[in-house]
Amino acid sequence: MSGDQSPASAGGAEADWSKGTVIVTSLASDSHTWNLVFLQLLIEECGYRVVNLGPCVPDDLLVAQCHALDPDMVVISSVNGHGYQDGMRVIHQLRALAPLAATPIVIGGKLGTDEDGARRVAELTAAGFDAVFEDAHDPVTAFRGFLSAMQPNERLLETADGVRR
Amino acid sequence: MTGQQLTVDQLGRSADFGAFVRRQAAAGRLVVQPRMGFGDPGPMREGLIATKDADATTVGTLTLDSYTRVGELHAVEAALREGISLNGYPVVSHPQETTEAVLDGVSDARFPVQVRHGSATPIDIFWSLVRLRLNATEGGPVSYCLPYGRTPLADGVRNWQACCELYTRLRDVGVEPHLETFGGCMMGQLCPPSQLVAISFLEAMFFAQHGIRSISLSYAQQTDMGQDQEAVGALRRLCAELLPTENWHIVIYAYMGVYPETYRGAHRLLGRAAELAVRTGAHRLIVKTVAESRRIPTIAENVLALEYADRIARRTTELRPDTSQVLGDSPTYAEARTLVDAVLELDDDIGTALLAAFRRGYLDVPYCVHPDNAGRARSYIGPDGRLRWADIGRLPLRGVAEQRSTRRITSADLLKDLFHVRQQYDEEALRIGHDSDPELIRVTPARPA
Ligand code: B12
Repeated sequence: MSGDQSPASAGGAEADWSKGTVIVTSLASDSHTWNLVFLQLLIEECGYRVVNLGPCVPDDLLVAQCHALDPDMVVISSVNGHGYQDGMRVIHQLRALAPLAATPIVIGGKLGTDEDGARRVAELTAAGFDAVFEDAHDPVTAFRGFLSAMQPNERLLETADGVRR
Repeated sequence: MTGQQLTVDQLGRSADFGAFVRRQAAAGRLVVQPRMGFGDPGPMREGLIATKDADATTVGTLTLDSYTRVGELHAVEAALREGISLNGYPVVSHPQETTEAVLDGVSDARFPVQVRHGSATPIDIFWSLVRLRLNATEGGPVSYCLPYGRTPLADGVRNWQACCELYTRLRDVGVEPHLETFGGCMMGQLCPPSQLVAISFLEAMFFAQHGIRSISLSYAQQTDMGQDQEAVGALRRLCAELLPTENWHIVIYAYMGVYPETYRGAHRLLGRAAELAVRTGAHRLIVKTVAESRRIPTIAENVLALEYADRIARRTTELRPDTSQVLGDSPTYAEARTLVDAVLELDDDIGTALLAAFRRGYLDVPYCVHPDNAGRARSYIGPDGRLRWADIGRLPLRGVAEQRSTRRITSADLLKDLFHVRQQYDEEALRIGHDSDPELIRVTPARPA
């Protein structure tokens, strides 16, 4: 699947994408796609360009795309119940990339098959995610809050007199 | 079992799944089935026993986990080692004796068990099934590929051909393999019914071409009962006209898209699926539970759904045989037949024809982001509740299907359509209130926190 395949090209095409680039991605074992379409639309409507990597993204592809695109944020979505295990595995690989050491990386969805969400949130946060949006706690509202708190984008300010990212 | 000799137990276990379902249908019973799969052998066995003991005519299910689907067996091992729960039963990783013990005395001639997975690279899975003499499973070259990830369609076709051929070797030991198409479900939601019918049917033809003689064809409930009835009628008519085996039946899936969140809404939608199955003469129904919108259901929630669906089925009657929907005489049939004919004309080898069809956009699944899907066709839910084409892309349906070309679909439109069914059933549930239908509140599961 090409990196910038856009499942949501159905909408939001004329949006203002001046705030930067966000990678939206699923994890290796998860084939659910509508969640990715949904997040792409939401984030585009908040003013970002979105690169949607699609479903079943192997760890090395995710790492390579993050390296190549140097995004302003990485948004991981998983709903199949393996998000905790896959997320714990991948976060170290992402943080190990120099450009991603301080980039906001978040994860959300239905992250496990049992109801021990609190433990998962704590462990994923400790492992290096900036925020974890588990389904039980109105993740979309919380995520919108997170997005607006991200502004103004520090990296954009640094380049404010130069080219827009 | 490695030798050629089957134990008495295995022989019972390996009765033809298709023949079993057709026998129940002849006796006037709709077979109901869960989508059940647990990582641990203990709960898996308990779940099968509870399904068998449910007050309904049931068959059992082993749904596999997502790591096994994509062949990430090291991740299965990590999960088993660290006690992380899996979203299904890892049939390739558990030792054969373990699965034998799960099935022992449960799966027999009265209670066939089917394996459901979702893999475009299923050779390891099929080898496990053959070794275990598990002779019923599900899938297809298109439906287990396009909505399930990144495997190229050509690989999916090649793999599924090899697996069909491997599966037919069960006949060498006197066991009839059964395959169900998943093509009636593409993406779970928002695929117009005519194309679901066409893909489901073409996958059945593919199975038949590669030696499978016992086949079921799926159709997933969509947004409108009338249109769904037409679709099942169309599928039946295509089978009667073109499928080169007598041993086929239709299986209905209760709604596969965003599910209602209310307890009552969830059951009403399931009840409608049971009605659809009985009215259209389908022989089997796969249920959804009240937990669907949130998490993998418990065994008890599955049993509740099976028994509820059975009750609704028993009080529903089949449509009169002369109605146009039963005869398959409908716009849905016309569209589906056009698609099927256009694809079959592309090549005698159905796998090759399917590949050519997707390359040309003769088949094109709305909103599917797989690189081998043309991605031009778009759909929407009309004001009358029927699923319609917003754009037919290059589908050979010009002059056959209506399409709305006036307005493009915005993000808000798409989201509204994705949540249409949930909203409709939840609103209805809240309007009706909570105690007017005692059947629905027999067991009230605790709402998860
Ligand atoms: C459609 C569907 C499918 C389709 C997917 C088609 C496709 N390619 O997209 C098909 C039929 C193929 C499928 C398959 C499977 N599915 Co499924 N599927 C669904 C279903 C019915 C709807 C999902 C959907 O489209 N939602 C619409 C989108 C827009 O919303 P969403 O995904 O729910 O995400 C919302 C939130 O989670 C949140 N969110 C999600 N990610 C993120 C990330 C961030 C950062 C934030 C802030 C928010 C957020 O925002 C969204 C809007 O509210 C759900 C149940 C349901 N919800 O009703 C099950 C469900 C997700 N599936 C499930 C499972 C287990 C599977 C399978 C593994 C097998 C099985 N047992 O059925 C397979 C294989 C998938 C795999 N390999 O990963 C489970 C997951 C359980 C869990 N987590 O414990 C569910 C919940 C069903 C269930 N109750 O068992 N599925």
